[in-house]
Amino acid sequence: MAAEASPALVLGGAEEQPLRDLASYRAVGGYAQLERARAMTPQQVIEELIASNLRGRGGAFFPTGRKASFIPTPDKIAKPVYITVNADESEPGTFKDREIMLRVPHRLVEGCLIAAHAIQSRSVFIYIRGEYSTEYDVLQAAVDEAQSAGLLGDVSIVVHRGAGAYICGEETALLESLEGKRGQPRSKPPFPAIEGVYASPTLINNVETITTIPVVLQVGPAEFAQIGVPPDSTGTRVFCLSGNVVRPGAYERPHGITVRELIYDIGGGIADGRKLKAVMVGGSSFPVMTPDEIDTKLDATSLGQRGLFIGSGVVTAIDDRACIVQFALRVAQFYMHESCGKCTPCRVGTRWLVQLLRAVENGSASEHDLELLLDVCDRIIGKCLCVLGDSAAMPVASCVTKFRAEFHEHLAHGGCPFGADSSLDRLFAPVDQHHLAPVAHEAGV
Amino acid sequence: MSLTDEIQKVAQRYPDSKSAILPALRLAQERHGWLSREAIEEVGEALDLTPAYCMSVASFYDMFNLEPAGRHTIEVCTNVCCGLVNAQAVLESFERELGIAPGETTADGEITLRAVECLGACSTPTAVAVDHRYRQSVTPDQVASIVEELRGR
Repeated sequence: MAAEASPALVLGGAEEQPLRDLASYRAVGGYAQLERARAMTPQQVIEELIASNLRGRGGAFFPTGRKASFIPTPDKIAKPVYITVNADESEPGTFKDREIMLRVPHRLVEGCLIAAHAIQSRSVFIYIRGEYSTEYDVLQAAVDEAQSAGLLGDVSIVVHRGAGAYICGEETALLESLEGKRGQPRSKPPFPAIEGVYASPTLINNVETITTIPVVLQVGPAEFAQIGVPPDSTGTRVFCLSGNVVRPGAYERPHGITVRELIYDIGGGIADGRKLKAVMVGGSSFPVMTPDEIDTKLDATSLGQRGLFIGSGVVTAIDDRACIVQFALRVAQFYMHESCGKCTPCRVGTRWLVQLLRAVENGSASEHDLELLLDVCDRIIGKCLCVLGDSAAMPVASCVTKFRAEFHEHLAHGGCPFGADSSLDRLFAPVDQHHLAPVAHEAGV
Repeated sequence: MSLTDEIQKVAQRYPDSKSAILPALRLAQERHGWLSREAIEEVGEALDLTPAYCMSVASFYDMFNLEPAGRHTIEVCTNVCCGLVNAQAVLESFERELGIAPGETTADGEITLRAVECLGACSTPTAVAVDHRYRQSVTPDQVASIVEELRGR
């Protein structure tokens, strides 16, 4: 049942073509929920969100209504309160927020305005990644149009463009960046709900989460809470299907669809008649899934039982042409490039992972290095200021433990057993465009 | 409008003008092509920040050019989703067509080639940003015409 095309909600009305202008969004009932929300008290709106059990779509899956309830009401604090929408979508494999902004920009704006009413904020910042040029144009046009139509009321929405830094998707790094600083994470507490941007209470939500708010009001919180896999994984997700599949794309489906259904029924199976070897689930920041796990449902509980994560709804199929060591190496190179450098386990650890994986790949590693790899992962996970370090270590550790035989083949073969035949062979990483001094142990110091 | 006026206008959108540093650096780079010392100083003056502070911020973000860059940029995604579907071949086609390595600019100063991390266009690999506008599903055989198109601009 889950595999069947169900009515789109977040992307509702935009299945065939995008709803970019106000008139076409209004034609599918757009901004009706804003009107309803404004007729309710802020507290009622938050209660509806809590009742729906909508949870964050950016990766952390935190209950949205509860997060909103942490923001002090105006009678409790003499500061303005802010909303910051995280549109810094940069998790490898993730493109849902981009699809949402291109296809239903006004639904995002409507969600911002409902959220602003709920926490009594008059100031919304949408932090959009710097690379998204067309997306910025489309979103800014929607904001301008909503403003001209008088929909914003006393709320201002500023679309703020980033400048190329994955770490700014981390909520406190985003706040630093928005304040005009280097995007380095803060230590928590204080949490953003108490001290966010400009040391004021700040609600931070992902684009898809905010865009789901009008949907919650539209279908009703009780009904919404029945979609997907209640009680924890309610509603739909815009799943990001990519990699070696016949029909990659953004597919909105309820939580609970299996990885197999997504890859084979919706995505048309593995391309070029190849065999599935592994699946990147949630994003590149999480442990990989093996083919014997693909009947797992895509909901937080089912994935959690296997030590996996729903993340930002990513499902990337990796076929049997890919060398898993090269995969782990390329993932580690990404995090090395994106580490902000503020804390040592991440700054040094990501780089160490790259060196060890490269040694495995080129045949200069020993059995001891595999243990060292896992040891380095262990010394990163849970020991960094933010989750970027974990995001490098979790996938790498999962590759070593779930594909140990292939790592051993590299050792026995004195290098990559695939030769030049791997689909990821010699894949260039941006980090190699930079000139770096060797670290101490590399230089033999 | 002068760069200073433009920056100060943007700064009014924020409770604290320092927040305007990323848009300001972007505007300066659009005018100068890269963030030269003069460009950094202009940004600092407009926002009442020191050049050193502006540089510390600019150097954190990938999209700012701290050295002269080409008139055009070609950025090829080589993260895993595009990588699984031939991104390396696309990148190498650009290298051959332009005669430069990733991170370099052609000798005539026209085109800078870069490999970049995930562009968020994973369902249409290989994603290539040409002058910061996405081309999707780029294959090696399209590379020559993309380069030709830029050379004609």
